Amino acid sequence: MNRRFAIDGVFILLTGLAVLMIVAMVAVVLGNIAYHGWERLTWQFLTDQPRAGMTEGGIFPAIFGTVLLVLLMTLVGVPLGVCVAIYFSEYADRTSRFYRWTRQAVNNLAGVPSIVFGLFGLGFFVQFVGGAIDDAAYAGRLTFGQPALIWAALTMAVLTLPVVIVSVEEALRAVPQSYRDASAALGATRTQTIFRVVLPNALAGVLTGTILAVGRGAGEVAPILFVGAAYFLPHLPTHLSDQFMHLGYHVFVLSTQSPDVEATKPILYATVFVLLGLTFLLNLVAIAIRTRLRLAAAGAR
Amino acid sequence: MSSTATTGPVPADNLARRRRRDWLVERLIYVAALLAILVIALIFVFVGKEALPVLTSAEVQKETDLSKLFLPQQYGTPEVPLPYVWQPVSEVPKYSLMPLLLGTLKVTLVAMLLAAPLGILAAIFATEFAPNWLRESLKPLIELLAGIPSVVLGFFALIVLATWVQDFLDLDYRLNVITAGIALGLAVVPIIFTISEDALTAVPRSYRNASAALGASRWQTAWRVVLPAALPGVFAGIVLGFGRAVGETMIVLMASGNAAITSWNFTEPVRTLSASVAAELAEVVFGDTHYHVLFFIGTLLFVITFVLNWLGTAVVNRMRRRLTGAER
Repeated sequence: MNRRFAIDGVFILLTGLAVLMIVAMVAVVLGNIAYHGWERLTWQFLTDQPRAGMTEGGIFPAIFGTVLLVLLMTLVGVPLGVCVAIYFSEYADRTSRFYRWTRQAVNNLAGVPSIVFGLFGLGFFVQFVGGAIDDAAYAGRLTFGQPALIWAALTMAVLTLPVVIVSVEEALRAVPQSYRDASAALGATRTQTIFRVVLPNALAGVLTGTILAVGRGAGEVAPILFVGAAYFLPHLPTHLSDQFMHLGYHVFVLSTQSPDVEATKPILYATVFVLLGLTFLLNLVAIAIRTRLRLAAAGAR
Repeated sequence: MSSTATTGPVPADNLARRRRRDWLVERLIYVAALLAILVIALIFVFVGKEALPVLTSAEVQKETDLSKLFLPQQYGTPEVPLPYVWQPVSEVPKYSLMPLLLGTLKVTLVAMLLAAPLGILAAIFATEFAPNWLRESLKPLIELLAGIPSVVLGFFALIVLATWVQDFLDLDYRLNVITAGIALGLAVVPIIFTISEDALTAVPRSYRNASAALGASRWQTAWRVVLPAALPGVFAGIVLGFGRAVGETMIVLMASGNAAITSWNFTEPVRTLSASVAAELAEVVFGDTHYHVLFFIGTLLFVITFVLNWLGTAVVNRMRRRLTGAER
């Protein structure tokens, strides 16, 4: 009997060790980046242009480009994602073929590799849509038919669509059925119920989805490799058809194509630190909101 | 959104207008849902469209076709035969996908060997043994890990991990399969953990109680009762993690060394399917053979992950139905 419980302890310890190892690996990655990234991080670094072949100056254009990208992405992706989530939660007939197909489509969308989104952005947005706009409005002059901010934002909006849908749907389902019944009993139509009762009560979920999507959009690099990101631009983007600098892309190019890795290393670490700080902050806020949401939902039941 | 409260009976014309608006909004919502299906179809069509010339265009087929992509060729000399070569930019371009397929498989294998045991064991710990507070703080931690951008993991593997692994194992090459695989494993752990944890949690409490009542210890209950019941879900986690590893780009692009070598050696640099697309598409001439082959690789990645994803979700759904059925 004692031996059995001793063996028990060993195995339980083993599973605990697995957790400990994951925690340790996360800590090492984050600790290393924080330790080396912190040194070089100044206000000037955040607000200045890159100088001297990226060995001096700051990363302001990359921050600006990243923010602009996720902003545009959000404007397109979030309303669309909310609509699909409303369909899933409020309208869908669970037994219908249409429901199963849309559900499967969203699931699969979440699993498509990000590099394939990049190919899609190039083939569909840049060449097909952009080319058509150039032919129709710019007399064939190359304007939208090339990598551009707007195409990168749209590609990213498609990529983050499942993230938005999942979060919003969860929040919609957490709104008690009695709210809907009460609204209907007061004579509200279905649309009124959804937009004035259900959706306002699920606002935290919309927020969570948006933040998670923004965090993802700020960090993904593979999809924008060919649809608009540039390593260095002398001017900030002012038009939707301009190219832009991006924090993640900046990290990629600095670490793989720099002629002098040792000279760029401090800047590189600081850039990674900023990127990581940005995505972490967004994720933390999203997790905090969702935890509160879940507790509230559990309390309402 | 401001709303004005109306009292008394609603006028008839108002009612008709409300009905029309309801109808319109409902259509719009359906269109949005339809768009989700459309997007997946568009991705397949527009990536596949650019890949199609590999199969159909006479121009492209002069340089490559399916047999050259997948079957052994006679590139080297009789003394040193080179059956599989990926060398798209050369006098005679060579487009064998085998080095890239093998490279992807090698890196993915290392990643899975690391991530699957870690993810599953950690999930068992979280659901079966951890006190509540620990379990609740473990989930955000895993989410944080999932939130690390892959370019950051790639950077870490390239700058820091590569040196450690090379010194520790005394390897000839700084960037190799093992380094890239470890970094990739870090990206896959959250997927396997999350899905396994869901599956383990879905096992009804009565299973555990019955097992304990029969005198089983906690580990015996976890290992012989709960895990087998949740096995399809755990399997789905591995499948979906595998899919993510196959498609992941930035980590392998930065940390694998990108040499298209056909061998089973895990200490050499390696080039994967996804990294080839990322590295080469920017420099390729629009519309030439190389361009179409890269889109062919993209289509291949899409199909592989699509099938894995479909398989994974199908297994999860079946298990969920069985377990909830068993509970009633």
